[in-house]
Formats: sequence, C-alpha cells, structure tokens
Amino acid sequence: MNLRETLMFAVRGVLANKLRSVLTMSGIFIGVAAVIILISAGTGANKQITDNITALGANTLTVTPNSTTGGTRGGSGAARAGGGFGGGGAAARSNNSTSSVNNGTQIRQPQLTLDDAEALVDPVLAPDVGLVAPVVAVSSVTATYNGATHAVQTFTGTSPSYLTINTNTVQAGTTLSDSDYSGHRRVALLGPTVAADLAGGDGLSIVGQTVQFNGVSYEVVGVLTAKGSQGPQDRDDLVIAPLTAVQDTLASYGTLSSIAAEASTAQQVNQAQAEVSQILVSRHHVTAATADFTINNPSSILDTVNTVTGIFTLLLGGVAGISLFVGGIGVMNIMLVTVTERTREIGIRKAIGAQRGAIVGQFLLEAVLLSLLGGILGVVVGVAVSQLKIGTFQLVVAPYSIVLAFAVSVAIGLFFGWYPANRAASLRPIDALRYE
Amino acid sequence: MTRPVIELRAVSKIYGNGDTIVRAVDRVDLVVERGDYVAVMGASGSGKSTLMNIIGCLDGPTTGRYLLDGVDVRRLDERRQATIRNRKIGFIFQSFNLIPRTSAQSNVELPLAYAGVKSAQRRPRAAAALERVGLGDRGHHLPSQLSGGQQQRVAIARAIATNPVLLLADEPTGALDSRSTEEVLTLFEGLNRAGRTLVVITHEEDVAAHAQRVIRMRDGRIIADDRNRTGAYVADATEVSR
Repeated sequence: MNLRETLMFAVRGVLANKLRSVLTMSGIFIGVAAVIILISAGTGANKQITDNITALGANTLTVTPNSTTGGTRGGSGAARAGGGFGGGGAAARSNNSTSSVNNGTQIRQPQLTLDDAEALVDPVLAPDVGLVAPVVAVSSVTATYNGATHAVQTFTGTSPSYLTINTNTVQAGTTLSDSDYSGHRRVALLGPTVAADLAGGDGLSIVGQTVQFNGVSYEVVGVLTAKGSQGPQDRDDLVIAPLTAVQDTLASYGTLSSIAAEASTAQQVNQAQAEVSQILVSRHHVTAATADFTINNPSSILDTVNTVTGIFTLLLGGVAGISLFVGGIGVMNIMLVTVTERTREIGIRKAIGAQRGAIVGQFLLEAVLLSLLGGILGVVVGVAVSQLKIGTFQLVVAPYSIVLAFAVSVAIGLFFGWYPANRAASLRPIDALRYE
Repeated sequence: MTRPVIELRAVSKIYGNGDTIVRAVDRVDLVVERGDYVAVMGASGSGKSTLMNIIGCLDGPTTGRYLLDGVDVRRLDERRQATIRNRKIGFIFQSFNLIPRTSAQSNVELPLAYAGVKSAQRRPRAAAALERVGLGDRGHHLPSQLSGGQQQRVAIARAIATNPVLLLADEPTGALDSRSTEEVLTLFEGLNRAGRTLVVITHEEDVAAHAQRVIRMRDGRIIADDRNRTGAYVADATEVSR
C-alpha cells in the first residue's frame, strides 16, 4: 500500500460527493482568504504610514530648542519676522522670554545657533552624522506677485543640504546652490501650491520672476516637485530660500528654529542621535537631564507605528483565524459523517486485510485534501483581492500570510481529520460489516 | 499428511455475563483438511455466523484454541490478524460487499494492494482472477453496472486473487436468483476441484448439497457432521428437502 494508492482512494472519496466536498472546502477557502486579505490590509496600513514617515526623512534627526526652558524661539524669530502682523501676541511672548532669560543662570538668548549646526559636522565626534542643515522657519509670510497674494504655510531659510535631507527636488528651474547660500542671494524655491496660487495654471511660469515676501523681493529660481498632502498639512505649500538671505531680510540673525541632521545610514540613526546630543550638551553647558533642546528621531516613531500596526494586524488575522477554525470544524464534521456513511466500506476493507494505517491514511488524506484544496483556492482569491486599491489605500500581501494560511489549512486537515480517521480505523470489521 | 486448514479445539464464544450469559458457540471442535468443501448449516441463532466470524479472524473466541493453517490466531495482535485475513482467507459475503464507485478490476486488485503487491504485478493477477470467474471483459465496469450474480462473481474473483488457503463464504447465494445461484455453485465446485478449501455458511439445503461435507449446528453446538460421496448425497438431499 503506497502513498499514491492511498491518495487515489482519498481523491475518490472527495469526488464521491462533490457538492458536499465543495461546501466543506468553502469553509477553509473563506477562512484562508480572510486571513490573507485582512493581514494584507494590516500590512498595507503599516506600509502607508511608514512611507509617509519615511517621506519626511526617516534618517533625519530634527533638533529643536526646548520651549519649556525658555521661550526665546517665538520671541526672537517669529516676533521680529512678523512684527507688523501679530503685535500683541508677539510682545507678550517677548516679555516671557525676557523674564526667563533673566532668571536663568546661563544667559544665552539664541538656543540653537549656526555654530551649533556647524559643530555637528564633525567626523571625529559625530562619525554617524552625514548632512546637517540649519533651519530658520519664518511664520506669517505673505507672498505677492502680479497682484496675487498667498499666505505661505512654511517659509524656510536653510542650506542646500536641507533639500537633500528632505529629498526635495525641483520640477522646473534650478535648485539652490552653495554659492546662493554663501552669496546671500535672494533667491527662492516655491512649492507647487504657492507657485500655482501666484502664477495660475501649473505655476511653472513663475520661474525667473520676482516675488515679494513681506515686501522683500526674491527671485524664484525653481519650483519644487509635488509631495502631496499628509493629513491636513499641505506639504507643497512652502518656500525655501538660503538661510543667509532670510536672516538678512526676514528673520533675526543668529538664532535657528531647528537643525536637521541626517544619519549616514538608516541603521545609524540612534548612534547619530547620541552623538548630536553629546555635542550640543557640551556646547550648551547643560546635562542630558537639563538639556535645552529636543532631538526628534523619526525611527522611534517608526518603531511605535510598527508596534501599533503589528498589534492591529495580529487582531485582524486573529479574527480571520476564527473563521478558519470554524472551517476546520466543518471538515471534521463532514469527515465524521463520511466515516459513518462508509462504515460498511471500512468493514470490507478491513476484512480483506487493510491495516489500520491504511485506513487512517485514507481518511486523513481525504480530510487534508479537502482543506488543502480549500486552502489553495483561498490563497488564490486572497492574493487576487489583495491587489485591489481602495481609494489611495493599497493592500499589501504579506508573503508570510500565504505560507501561514497554507500551512494552517494543511494542519487543520491533519488535526480535524485525525479523530474521524482514527475512529474509522478503530471500527471492528465484524461490527462495520454488520452496519446497514 | 499436510496440516489442516482449520483446527478448532473447544472453541467457545460467550456474550454477556451473569444471568444473561449466551453461549453463541459452545465448545466446538472442528478440523477442516486442505481441499475440503464444507457447508455449515443451521437456523438463525444456531451460532453458525459467530463460528464463521471466528474462522474468518473477524472475531476472537472467548476460550479455546484456533489454528488457521497451523497459526494460533488468538495470540496475534490486530496488525497480524489483518495480515492473516489478507493472505490466508478469501471472503465472499451475502451482499457481495464490493467497494462502490470502484471498478471491478480495482476491487479485485484491492486485497493485492493491501498485501503490498506492486501495481504492475497486480493488474495481470486481477485480470486472471476475473477471467477465472468468466468476467474477463467486465474489468472496467462499476459494481452498480453489474447484475447481482456478476457482482458476486467479482467478489469471488477478489477472494481468490490473493491465492488464499481458505475461501470463506457467508450465505453466498442468499441475495441471488436461482440461475445466478447455479453459476456461483458451479464456480465453487470448479474451485474445489482445483484444490481450494471452501467453507460455505448457508441455510439452503440445495446449496449444502454441493458440498462434500455438511456440518449442522444448533444452539452453538455441532449436532451433525456428515461426509458423503459426491453425487449420492445430492440425490439424498433432494429426497429430504422434498
């Protein structure tokens, strides 16, 4: 009695009652398909969130001054830049900052300086830090061009490295150069939203024109490639200009809103963070506990997101797993019916000399065949459905879910087929033959 | 002197216990020599079916010794008993008991398959067995496409395919019309003349009349054991039954 013959008996058993076999299979089929589709949904959600975070720069550390140890950022940056617009609020904040500085033992008005940024570029003390870009964010900037106005969401003064760190590219015109930076040139890159708002159409015609930002003239040298929006934030509503020029005209001199530092590789983000922290702590004469700055590390956010979506995926898979389990019970149920129905056949087989193993094998294989066929069908349908895109949400098939669902369906066949098959094999031939 | 095919020594089969004790087979001694053709007769409840189950290794005796072809089957485990049934006994049942939805050829091959005979050697042996019962051209037919007599002949082919020492038939003609009965009995006689040992359980006198030896049972005991000259007994039996 070899495997091929046992398999043939099992196939014959499956084919003997086609409708019943198909219905039994459908239980497994639905379960497997549900597992694959729901895990794909979880994986898709994870991928989308991860992509969004990565688009912001997963390797990028953002150093910001601590607002709790001093309100100097608002006072020095925003109040001067937007002096004419938000007088009351800015004045109040200025007062706050003044008092906190007076009370402080260390009197350092600008918390992050250009020197801080430059100190981070240090192959000895910070071998894991790659590019570093100082950032000045100017709030309440209004752009005027040809009578059209636009309130810019984000006006950033920075160095050309920032574009590399943030993976910003231009779709028209030229990008910022080092000579723009060192030459204090009043040039700007516009985000597509700003360009379109000012110039109309796709906004590309604005390249080479002069735009007023709070009354200061800048020449538009390029329009950035669209990045799309993330939640309520339009990532294309921005203007980027050389830090030097911005400090000359729109922001105060010497103080930075933040420093963007890129780790050399994604694996070195945490080392880079430690090195940046070390350098700034010693420069600012504080300890790690009393640091007057915060380092934002997106990889830690990524870890959190992965944990959350992992739990989410597990939950979805678990719910689908229940339906797979129910399908398995269906297989067991039908196998028990089959064994009862074919008691006489089992008696005949045993009378003419079938060993226990041969009977167990036949019925076990029949159960596995049912669940395996259902499983294959479920994998095919599950993978097909997972190619669908719901709105902007793309399901992503996790390869492990296919292997898992497939293995589980076989295991279900074995597990739920075991009892009926052994029950069949335990029948005494004399009883089985007498069965009507 | 060859060893007997069947040797029963004080074999009893007891059901129940205490007051409700039933001796289905009660201290039976029986020896069947190789090449014999034995009919076991008796009314229902006489214990002949229980005896046939014991002889066929489908059920063990409560007490006593049973040697099948010199092997004490009582000491064998389930696995060896299955092997014994497969190698030494060919069963023929009242209701044919072919595997449904399986061709005649596959049905005949089945005991060979369980014996571990390779597919290539099985096919000619099964075909030869079918040829022997006159159904050489029906190998691919399903049981449902065959008449009762043909199905029983397939069952006989299945029984002889493994070349067993004993053919054990339980009411083989009980479900057949008289013409098919005649065919089957003719086959039995041919098989017996070819040297096969047959034990046929029946309650029909004219079936028993074809045997060389008739054992009658009542209340679990053998009450008569007649050996007759072939032909003479047939005439006698006919007289008696009329």
